[in-house]
Amino acid sequence: MKNKIVCHFSAAQSEQPIVYHLVKNHDLVVNILKANINPQKEGYLVIELEGSKKSYEGGLAFLKEVGVIVEPLSETILWDDEICIQCGACASFCPTDALSIDRESMLVSFENSKCIVCGMCLDCCPTRAIALHFEVREAV
Amino acid sequence: MAVQKSYEEINEKIRRGEAVVVTAEEVIDIVAEKGIEKAAREIDVVTTGTFGPMCSSGAFINFGHANPRIKMKKVWLNGVEAYGGIAAVDAYIGAAQLPDNDPENKVYPGRFTYGGGHVIHDLVAGKEVRLEAVAYGTDCYPNKKVESVITLSDVNEAFLFNPRNAYQNYNCAVNLSDRTIYTYMGILKPRVGNASYSTSGQLSPLFNDPHYRTTGIGTRIFLGGGVGYVAWNGTQHHPNVPRGENGVPLGGAGTLSLIGDLKQMDPNWLVGLSYIGYGATMAVGIGIPIPILDEEMLKYTAVKDEDIFCPIVDYSEQYPYGKPMDLGKANFKELKSGRITINGKEVVTTPQSSYPRARQIAHTLKEWIRDGKFEITRPVAPLPGADADIVFKSIPQNKG
Repeated sequence: MKNKIVCHFSAAQSEQPIVYHLVKNHDLVVNILKANINPQKEGYLVIELEGSKKSYEGGLAFLKEVGVIVEPLSETILWDDEICIQCGACASFCPTDALSIDRESMLVSFENSKCIVCGMCLDCCPTRAIALHFEVREAV
Repeated sequence: MAVQKSYEEINEKIRRGEAVVVTAEEVIDIVAEKGIEKAAREIDVVTTGTFGPMCSSGAFINFGHANPRIKMKKVWLNGVEAYGGIAAVDAYIGAAQLPDNDPENKVYPGRFTYGGGHVIHDLVAGKEVRLEAVAYGTDCYPNKKVESVITLSDVNEAFLFNPRNAYQNYNCAVNLSDRTIYTYMGILKPRVGNASYSTSGQLSPLFNDPHYRTTGIGTRIFLGGGVGYVAWNGTQHHPNVPRGENGVPLGGAGTLSLIGDLKQMDPNWLVGLSYIGYGATMAVGIGIPIPILDEEMLKYTAVKDEDIFCPIVDYSEQYPYGKPMDLGKANFKELKSGRITINGKEVVTTPQSSYPRARQIAHTLKEWIRDGKFEITRPVAPLPGADADIVFKSIPQNKG
């Protein structure tokens, strides 16, 4: 199975090699989608975990054991068509055609259901019309 | 030529509300249907448009005096320095200027979230902007420091004066290296992972008047949502380059220097941009009307994307280090289709200039002219043309 989760951790936990243990002890494929650690070393990690059901459950149990707060990922790419100038640069970086150009009108559109929140569009948008929205707790 | 129209005759028709105005896209089908001569007889003006990043842009502002008076030595708007080395309370804010404390590329690639282009956009949007200025103080200008919050309506004059806009053709950028690079043409993926292009092709002003016959000094234009004028040729104007049979240059050629009153412009058409790893700049909206004086002008405006070619240039070595290379050319029809072929490999294309917005500019200008609000102008003086003897210079090496 494959699932995306948000891990909130405190300063003490951020010094532990959590991802290493998920890979080594629980046989999970870990894909880090986003990480944010503040100067106090608290933060969150958005990861995709892939493995057998047993590994996945084992991995989650391990995270809870070390005190990491795990939440299902509720992240979305927000495309603001008021700010967008319709240059279309994003579409060539989007791996799933969630952001695409209609070749007749050359207009850009965004289809949320196709988006895998890889974040490639965030860097290439010169107007910063695209934002990544997380439901993230301020403090743990 | 069978068709001959003067600027005055066309303006007379505009005033009577009888002028036939079409965009540089629409004219293509009309010519295909009616032929050059009939179309030239019917159409009076063709409108063009472009909306893309143009770093060589900025605005002169006169803030009015403080009490006591100040001769501003250094000036900042929202923390972005404006050039103050002119008269007391005049300054020039450049689109590519960054705040003094911007981290730039220290953490590579830098984000460049705010710059001079964003300041200009905020001013035009009517937002409050923080003004700071320092001075050394003189007998006539004793004040040494001013801090205030201003809006565009608080200043005496504000006019856009862009030294180089509307580049006639531009490179199509690729990256031959093994790492991602961050350029003014956007992110370029390694091993020719994408091909980035700018300009609006068949809608672009100088592709429709390739020999600057009707576009010259004094030409009235759409600039940033308001009315502007061609002030001069732009910097790096280099018209004497190889051209196709249709007169269209096969690489970067002519440029325009543009001027216009910032106070009547629109924030939709002056937009601050952030290029990751490169810097901040501004998208400028420009539309130039082309009077159809005769069949020749009509023929120029009927140019199609497939007849416009731009050079494919490597931005990992060829461009930055002037390494000779030939990666061929791409035409705008292919570029706009989303894929081109380079050395037998299919490559995804990345636009930098907004085609839908360029189209919107051409339509807006068309409406202005049809409504009699905007008349065409005979250039006061021509721009240097394809027969000019301009040498494209570089900084002399190893001197001093």
